[in-house]
Amino acid sequence: MKLLAAMSGGVDSAVAAARAAETGHDVTGVHLALSRNPASYRSGARGCCTIEDANDARRAADVIGIPFYVWDLSDRFHEDVVEDFMDEYAAGRTPNPCLRCNEKIKFAAVLDRALGLGFDAVATGHYAQLRVGPDSEGGLIEMHRAVDDGKDQSYVLGVLDQEQLRHAVFPLGGSTKAEVRAEAAERGLLVADKPDSHDICFVADGDTPGWLRDKLGDRAPNHGGAILDEDGAELGKHDGTYGFTIGQRKGLRLGRPAADGKPRFVLDIEPVSGTVTVGPREHLAVHRLSGIRPRWCGSVPVRVEGTVQLRAHGTEHRAVVAVRDEDVEIELLEPAYGIAPGQAAVIYDGTRVVGSATIASTVRA
Amino acid sequence: MDIAERTVYLDHAATTPMVPAAVEAMTAHLLEVGNPSSLHASGRHARRVVEESRETIAQALGCRPGEVVFTSGGTEADNLAVKGIHWARLAEDPRRNRVLATAVEHHAVLDAVSWLHEAEGAEIELLPVDDRGRLVVEALRETIERDPASVSVVSVMWANNEVGTIQPVEDVVAIAAEHGIPVHTDAVQAVGAVPVDFATSGVDALSLTAHKLGGPYGVGALIVRREVVVTPLVHGGGQERDIRSGTIDTPAIAGFAAAVELAVKEQAEKAARVGALRDDLVRRVVDVVPDAHVHGGALDPLGVHRLPGNAHLGFPGCEGDSLLMLLDARGIECSTGSACSAGVPQPSHVLLAMGCDEDQARHSLRFSLGHSTTPADIDAVVEAIGPAVERARAARVR
Repeated sequence: MKLLAAMSGGVDSAVAAARAAETGHDVTGVHLALSRNPASYRSGARGCCTIEDANDARRAADVIGIPFYVWDLSDRFHEDVVEDFMDEYAAGRTPNPCLRCNEKIKFAAVLDRALGLGFDAVATGHYAQLRVGPDSEGGLIEMHRAVDDGKDQSYVLGVLDQEQLRHAVFPLGGSTKAEVRAEAAERGLLVADKPDSHDICFVADGDTPGWLRDKLGDRAPNHGGAILDEDGAELGKHDGTYGFTIGQRKGLRLGRPAADGKPRFVLDIEPVSGTVTVGPREHLAVHRLSGIRPRWCGSVPVRVEGTVQLRAHGTEHRAVVAVRDEDVEIELLEPAYGIAPGQAAVIYDGTRVVGSATIASTVRA
Repeated sequence: MDIAERTVYLDHAATTPMVPAAVEAMTAHLLEVGNPSSLHASGRHARRVVEESRETIAQALGCRPGEVVFTSGGTEADNLAVKGIHWARLAEDPRRNRVLATAVEHHAVLDAVSWLHEAEGAEIELLPVDDRGRLVVEALRETIERDPASVSVVSVMWANNEVGTIQPVEDVVAIAAEHGIPVHTDAVQAVGAVPVDFATSGVDALSLTAHKLGGPYGVGALIVRREVVVTPLVHGGGQERDIRSGTIDTPAIAGFAAAVELAVKEQAEKAARVGALRDDLVRRVVDVVPDAHVHGGALDPLGVHRLPGNAHLGFPGCEGDSLLMLLDARGIECSTGSACSAGVPQPSHVLLAMGCDEDQARHSLRFSLGHSTTPADIDAVVEAIGPAVERARAARVR
């Protein structure tokens, strides 16, 4: 196969590319330039990691012995991921830009261009496993959780449909992170010890509320909105609803403790009035939720008795999912806490990813 | 097959293979000891090699040996000329705080000029070019005559590195001379490709570099008239006329001189041969891809309007990046001609200045031919370009 290996400059994508090349595929490495202002000496913005990452990816490609290019996806990324991220926060929701990037950039814009240029598939360093499903089910490609529970990234891939999965290769799904690091060192890849990235890639310093404050500007009109308790009593003011996520406990900066002395959590965000409601943890308990914009990895199910994962690195919840035309209804068999609209509900049958939907609303007890 | 066997190298504007004469001249001195600034026999020997090289270069380029200031290459020569002449002229007269350059200069000039603006408050005026990338001479005249006493230096390249357009340096010199304003020209792409004679040209300073004309990397020169005062960029031992410091690189300079001598000697013959190959390339590519079009000056193998080795072609509906990658996979090496920072292609400032929109600026490829180019190289491009364009178009519309 002719494979396009997306190389971020990190250890995972470097080892993924190396494995793909070693198994005899014709591999070309591509680093995706996603920032509109790549930190170059020319623009004067030193200190951002973009150029270093591109160079790390280039050096990894040298060591593996594959051609390497940088593709400028900055306009698409800005339109499809960054602007969506801002819109979602402005609307009081909590988006996950990594899913969006996988759906719209890596396995759409990049994959389309790759297919057009004569490649057969895109390989990435995601931790997830692909396998061919039973013939009785039409021989569809199934996506399963990675063997490394701690690293499993099937959640952020839950937006991929069958067509995208048919053109995806995840060489790391069967390995643990420790194995991948050791292998990187063995292969002489200089990124073997490079720390994992955790933060949102386009928020350089990791301060998401600060970033949103800068970027949203006038679109964050709720500065000075009220923080209320469930009885409507005002507990304080805030700088804008974008600073809050359902289930958030830290950074509420409430002057006085609750009457019962228990910690308080964000229960609701009302983006129009700018009201943030807080209350005790037990009032966060969600029993049902509805999801919109469902995406299915294979054939569309009618009903799934399985599990759902409601945030990246979150736990699984046993659930029954009823599928309708445009949306899904998810009944949780035990309550989940701190569920934020905008996040994805990824639906699993055992280790297999069935699909996903964007959480639109939740029903508490 | 090793890389050399399968590679069709058509990126001579980026760098060109060293010629055997230069390799021999350079390697002959690599094992010799002697700092040209030392007074003993070894030093004197090295000094002799350097001075003979200087004389060779002066002879080839129509200047006096004392006018050749060796540098680390074209970028340093450009920086030295633009900043050094500006600083010296401004020190003589504080009114001279205006630097003029064309909008299509190499970044070695453009970024030096913008740095003078940002760091030192110099006033910068970038002169417009026409749709072929040629300086609008009347605009230069108007810009100077608005306030001639305020201009410190004018920098106009001899030939453009992206689209190959030859600039009207004579006209620039004539206008600047009316007001006693010094002219610098970046002739990095021109020396060896078209006739270049320093004295005849009338310019005050001229940049060239070895690796674009068959010599080694890391060495070049600023040819600068004795009368022109240049404030140094690099301070130290003052080895080069007190304008440039740093231990002189004897072997590289020997290789540089051998390359310049040969390139100038063979210029006319090479221009005719390379120009004919270039014309053949353009004609046959347009046969295969009818809507491909040439950016820059008219094709003329003698290099009156355009460098003989330059073919800058637009392929509507394609990303230049995609084409480059597809051709690279077939062993054909060219360039999108645009400036790269960290490998992220930016739309070419040259094409934008010529009036192209961003899309047009991104759909281009530069093939630059040189002394090692053969008819078989052209055949390889003609064979590969059709399918590559088809693929690149498919990749874009999907």
